Amino acid sequence: MSLDAIELAKSGRLERRSVVRALLAERGDMLAIGGLGAPAWDITAAGDGPLNLPLWGGMGGAAMMGLGLALAQPSRRVLVITGDGEMLMGIGSLATIATKQPRNLSVVVLDNEHYGETGMQETATHHGVDLAGMARAAGITDSRRVDRPDEVLALRDAIRGGAGPLFAQVKIDDASLPLVLPPREAAILQARMREAILGPAAHLQ
Amino acid sequence: MQRDTLESAPDAAADWPDQIYGLLKQHGIRQVALVPDAGHARLIRRCLADNDMQVVTLTTEEEGIAMLFGAWLGGEKGVLLMQSSGVGNCINMLSVPIAHRTPCPMIVTMRGEFGEFNPFQVPMGNATGAVLEAMGTLVKRADTPEDVAPTVDATLRLAFNTFRPTATLIGQRVIGAKTFGK
Repeated sequence: MSLDAIELAKSGRLERRSVVRALLAERGDMLAIGGLGAPAWDITAAGDGPLNLPLWGGMGGAAMMGLGLALAQPSRRVLVITGDGEMLMGIGSLATIATKQPRNLSVVVLDNEHYGETGMQETATHHGVDLAGMARAAGITDSRRVDRPDEVLALRDAIRGGAGPLFAQVKIDDASLPLVLPPREAAILQARMREAILGPAAHLQ
Repeated sequence: MQRDTLESAPDAAADWPDQIYGLLKQHGIRQVALVPDAGHARLIRRCLADNDMQVVTLTTEEEGIAMLFGAWLGGEKGVLLMQSSGVGNCINMLSVPIAHRTPCPMIVTMRGEFGEFNPFQVPMGNATGAVLEAMGTLVKRADTPEDVAPTVDATLRLAFNTFRPTATLIGQRVIGAKTFGK
């Protein structure tokens, strides 16, 4: 993965889909949960498949889904990629995750400082709320803010390193990109991931 | 005033919390998500003492709905323990196990009904069953100590065999028998 693969928008901020592509490239058996809204479209744009769980709802729940999955599968990397609005709705889950210290869980917030699916209303991060600071204060020691392409590559390495829990607030450009939609039947989304993890026995549990 | 006037807790001789713990083991429950309630205190102690269970204390009950979904994705069974007021915090998140068709068993200790002292417990306590059923949850009640274990067993079986949210509501008559009439 070269630095050139990570794009900057005209605003000087990171281009979200190039960030997500970088985080998921050559992922091995890493599991990814995409939070409601644009992050779900972003992980889909990077390549849909059974190791992806894009969310069509459950706003505020993505990080906790990651915790349940990380506890159930301690030998696998679990990456939650979500938005600032979604994370803010479940902000208490940073405290919950910190109490368990799951080494295999990373939570990456793509922070465009807006509610992108509903008309670009400002979120709290637009007014300076420091999500990485909140995560660090909760007890997620490796909590970082990411603004530059080289920091994205460092984040990518840290996610693969497995010395989590890890939290990242990635400041991204706020452009709304073309929709790239995953399957909408959520029973399929869970069943395909379970089968990828557990094999055919998933359906006999 | 004694604290047990405010918080209903089971009689020390009651063995239904231990029976619930036995059922959690029998069903292979590995993740226990909870917001504490005095009615669940003994069960929580049993779970905390069990090295094969991950006990996760939540900041709000809806986190537990999300966590149980993640657990199931990874092949583990979980249960959510809470009091009736906490059910109100779960409403929209119940769309997750419904849409994904995944198990989500809940064991709810009731407040706001028999002998309640705190007015704030009554609105959600009165609405707990209706709210859960409005959100597609199969709800069963246990109003005697003898009913608790078979009802919890049914709730666990219905969740894991038929892939949906299910709940046992443990009535305040069961939990707070010593505090009636105060």
